[in-house]
Formats: sequence, structure tokens, C-alpha cells
Amino acid sequence: MNSSATLPHPTFARSREQKFGDRLMWATTALATLLVLFVLLIIVADVAIHGSTKLTIGFLTERPSQGMTAGGIFPALIGTVSLVILMTVAVVPVGVATALYLHEYAPPRHFTTRTIRIAINNLAGVPSIVFGLFGLGFFIQFVGTGIDKVLYDGEKVYGQPALVWAALTMAVLTLPVVIVATEEALRSIPRELREGSLALGATKFQTVLLVVLPQAMPGVLTGTILAVGRGAGEVAPILFTGVAYFLPRLPDELSDQFMHLGYHVYVLSTQSPDVDKTKPILYATVAVLLLLTFTLNIAAILVRSRMRRKL
Amino acid sequence: MVPASEIGPAATDVPLKPAPFPATLQAKLVLRSPPRWHHVAELSLKVMAFTAIAAVTLIFVFVAKEALPLFWSDEVHEEVTPGQMWTSQTWPGYDRPEHIWQPVSNHPKFGVWPLIVGTLKITLVAMLFGVPLAVGAALYVSQFAGRRTREIIKPTIEMLAAVPSVVLGFFALMVMATLFQDWLGLSSRLNALVAGVALAFAVIPVVFTISEEAFGAVPKSYIEASTALGAARWQTVLFAVLPAAAPGIAAGVALGLGRAVGETMVVLMASGNASILSGSLVDSVRTLSATIAAELAEVVFGGAHYTVLFFLGAFLFVVTGVINFAGDMAISRMKRRMGVSS
Repeated sequence: MNSSATLPHPTFARSREQKFGDRLMWATTALATLLVLFVLLIIVADVAIHGSTKLTIGFLTERPSQGMTAGGIFPALIGTVSLVILMTVAVVPVGVATALYLHEYAPPRHFTTRTIRIAINNLAGVPSIVFGLFGLGFFIQFVGTGIDKVLYDGEKVYGQPALVWAALTMAVLTLPVVIVATEEALRSIPRELREGSLALGATKFQTVLLVVLPQAMPGVLTGTILAVGRGAGEVAPILFTGVAYFLPRLPDELSDQFMHLGYHVYVLSTQSPDVDKTKPILYATVAVLLLLTFTLNIAAILVRSRMRRKL
Repeated sequence: MVPASEIGPAATDVPLKPAPFPATLQAKLVLRSPPRWHHVAELSLKVMAFTAIAAVTLIFVFVAKEALPLFWSDEVHEEVTPGQMWTSQTWPGYDRPEHIWQPVSNHPKFGVWPLIVGTLKITLVAMLFGVPLAVGAALYVSQFAGRRTREIIKPTIEMLAAVPSVVLGFFALMVMATLFQDWLGLSSRLNALVAGVALAFAVIPVVFTISEEAFGAVPKSYIEASTALGAARWQTVLFAVLPAAAPGIAAGVALGLGRAVGETMVVLMASGNASILSGSLVDSVRTLSATIAAELAEVVFGGAHYTVLFFLGAFLFVVTGVINFAGDMAISRMKRRMGVSS
């Protein structure tokens, strides 16, 4: 779709005004492009320069100490990783199943199909803070309190902010990402492949599971990586659903609270009593977070472009 | 060579009658129906596909559920009624009616206008700053850049979408706020301008990606026809390409607007969070989303403040939902017009 060629160079003589207009438009749009790239560069450079001094292996493997003015970010790193692993386990099966149903089974013009598509688009546009409210209202107040009533005699175990609720909230937020990426891959699989499988006597479900799905794996992988990148960076949805500012121990139960890189950045930069002392740690934390999300997104781009070249 | 006599009589001598099909083979050709567990598995695919619908419904139901006591609970009405939120009130100690958001005080005040105006101010700055940059960059990438340049610039700009909003907020707080204060001599370091400009960089990748797609979908014949009529490049771009891509750009702007209105972390960190009702862009402001993020952790469950915050959440959900729906409609219209099936 983006393959439309650049404008052909007119070979006839152009008036002076036309030449001027061309140059002006080229210059304005190029300037806009440069400005956007420049700001991105400044952000990356600023974080890289200020963050690199503190960024050592020790920073990644030590706990914070002296009221967050020294030490590392180990618990925040572990918390973030636990969060995205749980989130992935929840979101990938549902996202892939939805994409398979929509592309392989659902009648395209049917009311239900269209409703599902509208719901996915709608879900992608819900503000992240509203996901936080939803996590609190649904997962913690409704599901969690329900579990506590049935299993724990009303003692508060799951009816409070917890790793599992934050992960599930994040899974709902990233669901559209996985669906869209998987469906894009499904769309690029040639019809002959499905027909060949059916002609050999495979059932519809065997075709979907053993022929179509393996071909769509790069798309599933792209979606998963993008979802993980999103889950590692979003803070608003976990504010009320399980994140903690500081914890003496790592989370080892689903009902534990956890520390998170993004939240760590937020708290250190807005609620630190001594900004100058925390600044190096803050920058290094941002550097880790940015490195993580950039690596994941570049990986997704590479997987996707390899997939496109193969087809 | 085999003599003809050994093959048998000539074909014309035999009546054209197919040989009887062996009964055993016939039985093998019958397709077995798929095993029952296939149906079960297919049904579970379908059930899981309904998760998205369930999620959207549950989000609205559960956010609205916590907000509903605002409309009938007497306990909540002791502190606030829905009417008081939208009209100015003469609070004890004030001599004229005012819109004030001050939920934690002896007389909790829940006037929402300062928050709505704050949200609008920041959104306005973000859109005014972000949309021209994004559309300009999309124009450059799709119409002026060579193939090589495009393949480098496009993914780089899209990397901006990978920057977590908390990092944008951090950058605005640490770097931009100081720069802006030095350049413009502002009295408050964190204000609508700083937050809006930072927010623009969350909006730019959204608008850029969709606009670029819209420019790319403009039929080549439009460009060729315009050029053949003697139009210069800038005339072609301005009068043929831009109008043809207008619905796509509108869609991008709508989705960017939805993002700007709902974005939380950038404004929470860079706006100063003072709920001042003013028209000035360099005053500290507090938005709807930042209010929820900053206050919900400290409220009493089920109390008036809690209820009002969920009401604001439901309000945000509906507003962004309408904006995004309009954007999606515009996108599907664009795709139909350009003959691309979605």
C-alpha cells in the first residue's frame, strides 16, 4: 500500500514560481520530519549520556538502598518480568484464538463478526487509566473479593492489589495488539495452502491447527513481542491493581504486590525527597526501560520484515 | 512395437460403457466426519473470540457500576450531587459562586470544569503542535523521500510509539520544563504548554502512521493526471494528493485526539497538577486522567470521592470511545474509497 512511487520529475520547463513552490514544500515537510527525528534523538541521547554512568551489571542485580538514593533496580526488573510473563500467558492464547476465529471461521459480513471487530477497535482506544479503574472494579473488587469469600472465609488474599490482577489488566489492554498482528499474518497466507490441505482430506480444524497456524507463527511472535513491549512500559493500568513503590522481598505468589520499572521512574521523578541524589539512578532506570522497549520493538520489526520477505 | 491385434479390438468396436466401480473402493472414498473434539475446539475458538466484546462491556459496566451511587446514594449526596459538579457553587468562605475541584478539604468541592478545561488546553496544545509535524513528516516520507530514505525514516519515527509514556513524562519533567522556563520566562515550571508539547510526541506516531498510509493509498493516476495538466509538484501535492487523502488524515487526527484526551502519565508528570480554571496556556493544569491517577490511591472505597473518580473514568471512556469510533469510521470509508478491502 505504501509502494506508490515518488512524484515523477516533470521534464518540461517550469516557471520560477513553480520551482519556488516545490522547494518550499520540500523544505517544510523535510523540516517537520527532521524536527520529529531530532526530538527522538535528543531523548535517546539525553537518557544514554546521563544513564550510562550508573548502568552496570551491579545496578541490575542489586536492591535499592539508602531510601532509593543508592543501589540498583533488581526488584523492579524482576517485577516487570513477572508481570509480562503472566500477561503473555493470558493474552496470547486468547488473542491467537480470536484472530483464528475471525479470519478462518467467521462469516465476514455477519453481525457478530462486525461486532467483534468494533469491540477490538474500541478496546485499542480505551485510555490506559480507565483500564486501571476496570482492574480495580472488576478483578479486585468483584473477582478477587469473590475468591476470598469462597476460598479464604473473607480474609483478604486476592481482594486487594496483586500481581495476577495487574497482569490480567495488562492482558486486556494488549489483546488488540496480539489479534491485529496475528490476523495480519493469517491474511498473508495463500489460499492454496488451505485448499491443498483440505483436498488431502484434512478436516477444517486440522488445516487451521497444523497448516495455517504454523505459517502464522511469525505474526504471533510479532504480536507477542509488541504486547510485551507495551506491558513493560505502561504504568497507568497497574497504578491501582498491584504495583508497589518499595517491597523488601520479591513477589513469589500471584497475590503478592510487585515493583515495576515504569512505576519506579514515575515515583523517583515525582516523589523523591532529594532529586539531585536520585537523578543518576533515575536516568539509569529510564535507560534500562528504554533499552528494553526499543529492543523489543526492533525485534518485532525484524520478525515482521522477515515474514514479509518470505511471502 | 506391440501389434494392434494383441491390444484388443479397436476402440470403436466396444460400446462406451464405464467399467463397474469396485465396491470396496467406493466405501473408502466416503469422507469420515471430523471427530467430535474438533467441534469442541472450534467452539472454544469462537467463545474466546468473544473476549474482546466481553472486555469492552465489562470495562464499561464495572467502571459505571462504581460511579452509579453518585446518582442515588444519599450518603454520597451529603458531599456532592451530579448537579453540583457541573455548576458553580458559592462555597463557605467564598463570596461568589465558583467552579472548584478540591475534593480533600473540610468542604469537599467537586467542580469538574477546571479538569475538563485543563484536559482541553493540554489536548489543544498537543494537537496544534503534533498534527502539522506528523502530517508534514508523512507528506515528506510518502511524496518526497526516495525509497531508501523512506525505509529508514518511517520505522524510526514509528519507534516514537515505542517510547513509554512514563519516559516522555520524565523527559518533559527533567529537560523540557527547564528549557521552556528559561526561554519563555514562565512563572510555573510545569504547565499546560510543557505537558502539551510532550503529549504531542505521543500523538505524532499515531497521526503519522495513518496519514502516511492514506498518502500511500492515493491512486497513482491522480498524481499522473495532475502532472500531465502541467501542475508543479507542490500543486499536485496540495490540490490532488492532500484532498484525496483527507479522510485518512481526519481518521489519524481523530485517533490521535483520542490518545491525547486519555493519555495519563505524560500529563500526570508534566502538567503541575494544579486544578486552576483559566484560559492561560502557561498556568499549571490538572486533567481528568491525571486526577484519577493521582487521587484514587488515597480515597475511601465507596465514598463520595471514589464514586466521583469512577464517574470521571466512565466519562473519559465514553468521550474517547466516541472520538475513536469516528476515527475508525473514517478509516473504513477511506479504505472503501481507495478500493482496499479491510
